[in-house]
Order: sequence, then C-alpha cells, then structure tokens
Amino acid sequence: MTWLAWRQLRVPALSVLAGVAAIAVVLGITGPELVGRTDFSDQDLLFSGTILVSYLLPAVVGVFWGVPLVTREVEAGTHSLVWNQSVTRGRWLATKVGFGLLAAMLVTGLLSLAVTWWASPIDALANQSTDRGMLNRMSPVVFGARGVVPIGYAAFAFVLGVAVGVVLRRTLAAMAVTLVLLAGVLIAVPFLVRPYILPALDDEVAITQSNVVGIRGSEQGVESMTVPEPPGAWVLANETVDSAGNVVFPLPDFVNGCVPRPDRNDPPPARGSMGACMAQLGERGYSQHLAFQPGYRFWPLQWIELGIFLALSTLLTWFCFRRLRHLS
Amino acid sequence: MNILRAQGLGKRYKRKWALTGCMLEIEPGHVTGLVGPNGAGKSTLLNIASGMLEPTTGTIEVCGGVPGSGPAQLAKVGYVAQNAPVYSGLSVEDHLRLGARLNPGWDDDLAHQRIEQLGLDPRQHAGKLSGGQRAQLALTLGIAKRPELLLLDEPVAALDPLARREFLQGLMAAVAEHGLSVVMSSHLVTDLERVCDQLIVLVDSQVRIAGDVEDLLATHHRLTGPRRDEDSLPADQHVISARHTDRQTSVVVRTDAPILDPVWTVGELSLEDLVLEYMSNSVTTRPALEVLR
Amino acid sequence: MIQLHLDAASGLSPYLQLVRQVRHALRLGLLREGDQLPTVKEVVAELAINPNTVLKAYRELEHDGLVAARPGVGTFVKATLGGAPPTVLGPLRHELARWLVKARAAGLDEESIEALLMSTFRGSAREEIA
Repeated sequence: MTWLAWRQLRVPALSVLAGVAAIAVVLGITGPELVGRTDFSDQDLLFSGTILVSYLLPAVVGVFWGVPLVTREVEAGTHSLVWNQSVTRGRWLATKVGFGLLAAMLVTGLLSLAVTWWASPIDALANQSTDRGMLNRMSPVVFGARGVVPIGYAAFAFVLGVAVGVVLRRTLAAMAVTLVLLAGVLIAVPFLVRPYILPALDDEVAITQSNVVGIRGSEQGVESMTVPEPPGAWVLANETVDSAGNVVFPLPDFVNGCVPRPDRNDPPPARGSMGACMAQLGERGYSQHLAFQPGYRFWPLQWIELGIFLALSTLLTWFCFRRLRHLS
Repeated sequence: MNILRAQGLGKRYKRKWALTGCMLEIEPGHVTGLVGPNGAGKSTLLNIASGMLEPTTGTIEVCGGVPGSGPAQLAKVGYVAQNAPVYSGLSVEDHLRLGARLNPGWDDDLAHQRIEQLGLDPRQHAGKLSGGQRAQLALTLGIAKRPELLLLDEPVAALDPLARREFLQGLMAAVAEHGLSVVMSSHLVTDLERVCDQLIVLVDSQVRIAGDVEDLLATHHRLTGPRRDEDSLPADQHVISARHTDRQTSVVVRTDAPILDPVWTVGELSLEDLVLEYMSNSVTTRPALEVLR
Repeated sequence: MIQLHLDAASGLSPYLQLVRQVRHALRLGLLREGDQLPTVKEVVAELAINPNTVLKAYRELEHDGLVAARPGVGTFVKATLGGAPPTVLGPLRHELARWLVKARAAGLDEESIEALLMSTFRGSAREEIA
C-alpha cells in the first residue's frame, strides 16, 4: 500500500519539492550577505515574497495533495478496484494520509527552515528597533511564516483537503471549498485565537511630552495618541485610557489646543505648552495603556500554536475515518 | 454451504429503496447471471456483496463471512465494477505489482500468463488501453487474487462483440480451471445463455425469480388455446402472464407437472422470453422467491 | 482431436449440441477408439460456455457408453457408432446428386434448394429427438 501511496503522490510531491528546493537555493545564496547589515530596504521583494510563499505552500498542499487523495479515486471509480484488493478502507486511508502528512510536514519544515534562517538578520534587527516601519517576527503576518507554525498549517491544510474531498467527492468543488476554509482559518487564528493563547502583558504609562510619538486626528480634533512600543513585541493595544480604565476616543477637547494638529499646517504650539498639557492629562487621571505579547514569547507561542493545529488535524483525521464508511 | 446467502436484504438511498426483501441462496461452483432492467438493484446487490455498500436492512453472508469485514474476507471475494476502472497513470505491469502487494493470495504466475496470452504490453499505461483490454486487465486482477467468488457488474456492456467473446472465453477458462464461482449482471441474454447455469431476475428492487437455468426452461411453458379465464387453471400451474383476444387465450405458466389438458397447445420458451416475461409488469402472481438449488 | 462449436440459432440446448457433434464425429470416423476428446478447459476457452455444460455433455456420452473419463487425464473414446461404410455412402451420394439435378431443372435456385433441404432436415431432426 505504501508503494501505491507513493506512486499516486509522486508527481505532486516532486514538483512541490522542486519548487521549495529552488527557493531554498535562492535564499541560500542571498542569505549570507544580509549578516551584519542595518539597512534592509532593498530586501522588500524577498522579504514579502518569502512570507507569501510560506502561506502558499500549505494551501498548495491542501488543495493539490489533500483533495485529490480521495476525490481522484472516487471520480475515476478506482476505489472499487483498490478496496477489493484485500486492503480495507481504513488501511488505505491511513497509509495515504500518513504518507502525505509526513511529506507535507517535511517539505514545509524545509521551507520554513530556509526562510527563518535567511530572515534571521532582519528579524534580529527588528527585534531591537522601535522603528514602526519594521515588521518584527511577532507581528501577525510574519509570525505565521517563521519557525514551526507553518508545519502545523501544512498538516492542517492537508487533512482539511482530504476531509472536504471525502464529503464532497468532486475534485474542483472540493478544491474551492478547501481554499476558502483554509483562508478563513489562517486569517481568523492570528486575530481571534493567538492573542489569547497566553495572557497579554499590560502596562500603564504616564503620558509626557517626550513619549508621545503618534498623534492621529481628523477635522473634529485629535482622536488618539500612541507611545513608543516595546521593541520586538506584538502590540495589541496602545490607547489612552481614563482613570477608570475606559478607552478615550476622541481625546478630551482641551488637548486640541496644546497638541500639534496633524492635518493642519498650524505653526507648532509654544514651547512648554505641550508639557503642561500632558501634565494636565496626567492630573485628570489619563494614562496610556499598552497591551502586548513580548518578543521573548515567540517560541512558546509558536509551539502552542503548532500544538493547536496538530490537534485540529487529528480531529479532522478522525472525522475522515468516520465518514469513510459512507463512500461507495 | 452457500457461497452467498441473503435474508431480507434491503438498501435505501435517501428515500428510495434500491433493494427490498431480497432472499437468495447461491451454491458454490456455478456461474449465476443477474438480469433485470436498469435501476432494478443489480449494482446495489453486487456492491453490497463485495462490501462496497452497507445494507440498510437484512443480512448477507458471502463465503461464510460479512462482506468487507477485513482483509481475509476481502481476499475471498473479487469484484469488477462497471466499466472496469483502472489507474490510468499506472502501467499494466504496475497493476500486477499492485495486486501482488495488496493481496495475500496473489498468483503472480497466473497473472503474468494471462497478460501474455492476452497480448497486453506490460509497460502500456492503463489509460491508453481499449475498453476490452481494460476489462481483461480488471478481470486478471480479479482472477489472480484467487478468490472463492467473483462478482462482475455488467463486465461486457460496453465492449464490441469480439472483445466480449474474448472476455467470456477468459472468464470461463478461469472457472473451468479454478472452480471459481461467479455472479455477473448483464443485459445480454444471449451471453447469459452460454455462460450461466443459474439465473436471478431482479426487477424494481425485488427478486422475481431465481433458479437453475435448465430447470427454469423445463418448468415454464406457453399454453395457447381457446379463450378462457386464467383463474380456471389448476392450482399447481402458476400463471406468470396471460394475454387474451376475443377468441384466444395465451398464458405462460410455471409448473412441475406435465400439462395434460388436451385443449392447450404447449410451447416452450426461450431464455430471453422467460426473462422478458418476468421483467414485464404484467406478472400476475406475487413475486415468486425461489431458492436456488 | 475434433473442434466443437455452438450454433446459437439451432434451437437445441448447448449441451445437446455438443453431444450430437461428438456422435456425428464418431459416425463419420473422425473420432476413433482411444482418441481424446477436447478437455473441458479447451472447449470452454474456445466457445465461452459454462464448464458445467461440457461436463453434462461428456457425462451423457459416458452414460451412453461411448466415452470414458480418466480422472486427471481427460475423456477418451471407448466405442464407435456404426458408421456407414463407403459402399453405402456411395449410392446415397449418387442419389443426392441426381435429386439436385432434378431440383435445378425444376427452376429452383441455390437459395431455394438450400431452404428446402434444411427445413426438411430440421423437421425430421426434431422428430428424431422428440
């Protein structure tokens, strides 16, 4: 049965492997020259490209490996051939899924290794910088393209493809549905699940003249302000709160007079008036609330998220085996 | 010991019953033909017997075990589905390798002998084979696993006459050589006549008649005579159908006893006639569920 | 070794056809004592018929004392049927030729002659079986 599983997966597996190998070679060549640099503005293409590919690979695995695993057999009718060659459905599915899962996780692991290694100089710099333009590896999009989490995505995507194939039995429909579901999950998890895996750290910062870095507003007035964020962290909230802890939006009126307005070309307010303003905010009980996942939590969050996706994959696999009885 | 035994077997898809109250006992060592109109339940019955489908009601026992219940049971039953599906990306040789790896009882010499006899190129991809060649490949896979029972779902329906003849030749040679039991469904009564010694007629999800072919032909007669009511016939003559004109009555009866009434002209039925009688809706008696002996 | 065949239009059941063909061969001297009949497998592989049909035919021939089955080896001819010697066949053939001349003179074409011949022959064959 392993021989058959290999023969059926051979072409898709080798083509994906070839693609990943090519990418690894490119990264291997360009990687060493990134060490020691402090300016990576010319790496935008490769940086975003590798992130894109890291999300694309699970999708490819799910749609082109997982879905046809079952639908191709059912559509061609070969399931009645193979299930009558003295191999039970259970063994058939277990071998094909086991094989594909292993391959999916290996090939994604390879890619993630290459990408993480290549980007390590960039990530290291971002970890220490407070430059808002640099995405550090804790930020939602980058997090899913580093470390071990992509392996979890690939395993999940693969089994999702198989499950959708078992239910729908038609290749094209199953491919579309798998893609949609996968996209949904990969978008939902960073925003709905990841922030709560480990409780975020909260910080209360007094607002002073020197630590206001961002002011946002409209014609009505100043709406919000931000303070510098801890380097290398994933900031979930950077908001002004009143003494009771409620978020203030927009900011109280009196601020409008003493804070430089972003949209108008007014001359900057007089010196010292900003300081007095901020002190006034402090007196009235306003402060800045920061909620964030610190950078040192990168690996714990990675492993936990991997665990979540592997658990989901296990659940889906169990579902597939149950549903298999109804195929004919 | 029966090679196939079904009691009250039924299968429902959503709201429609594909098979109802099916009772069969088939003995080993025979070639049984399964005939009936499309949608009568022939494929369903074969699918259940091979373990591809689960019955909704009733029980079925094949080769002494429950269909599909494990590798040992699967090894006893061979199945070739309609249109003989094969892996189009694998070569003929690959299919034999598949059979060798997956079947504990695989007879590799037999498989290769057959392929050679058939003149198939082992390296040819199965997707490029003709319909007849595919059917022969699927048959080879079914025979070489050395099952006790081989189930064939309309194996020759899509084949040209030569391919059909060659398929049946190969099948019969395997039956003669290995004592294989076969249940095959077909529309072509002429083929069934040559090849089957047992017959099951399945219409509207029910078994209408089942039995030994020679026996069925010997006990069914067409009686023609002056017009009379079919109920006036003796009780041991089961009326299968009756046609009246204003002066003449023609009835088809099933009886073990000789026809003694001199007023009747007694004629014989061909197998095709007999099958057609049972397939048409003008069967006036209750469906006769006959045990195959 | 003789070749057996099946005539789908003959109206006779397959096993009876096989019996007749063997008897026919015995009569014409195509099969002699000690000759082996085609094996069940050979017949079945050629004609695509049920092996039980062949077995039934051979059993009937055995019952009639014409053949004997040797397990593991095959079925062999035990006795012959009295075939007509050439002295009988000659005059019969001559008579047939004369009849053909008469038929042609009467205006019958090939097809009509054959039809007449076959229907008379079949009619008498059925009477022979019944």
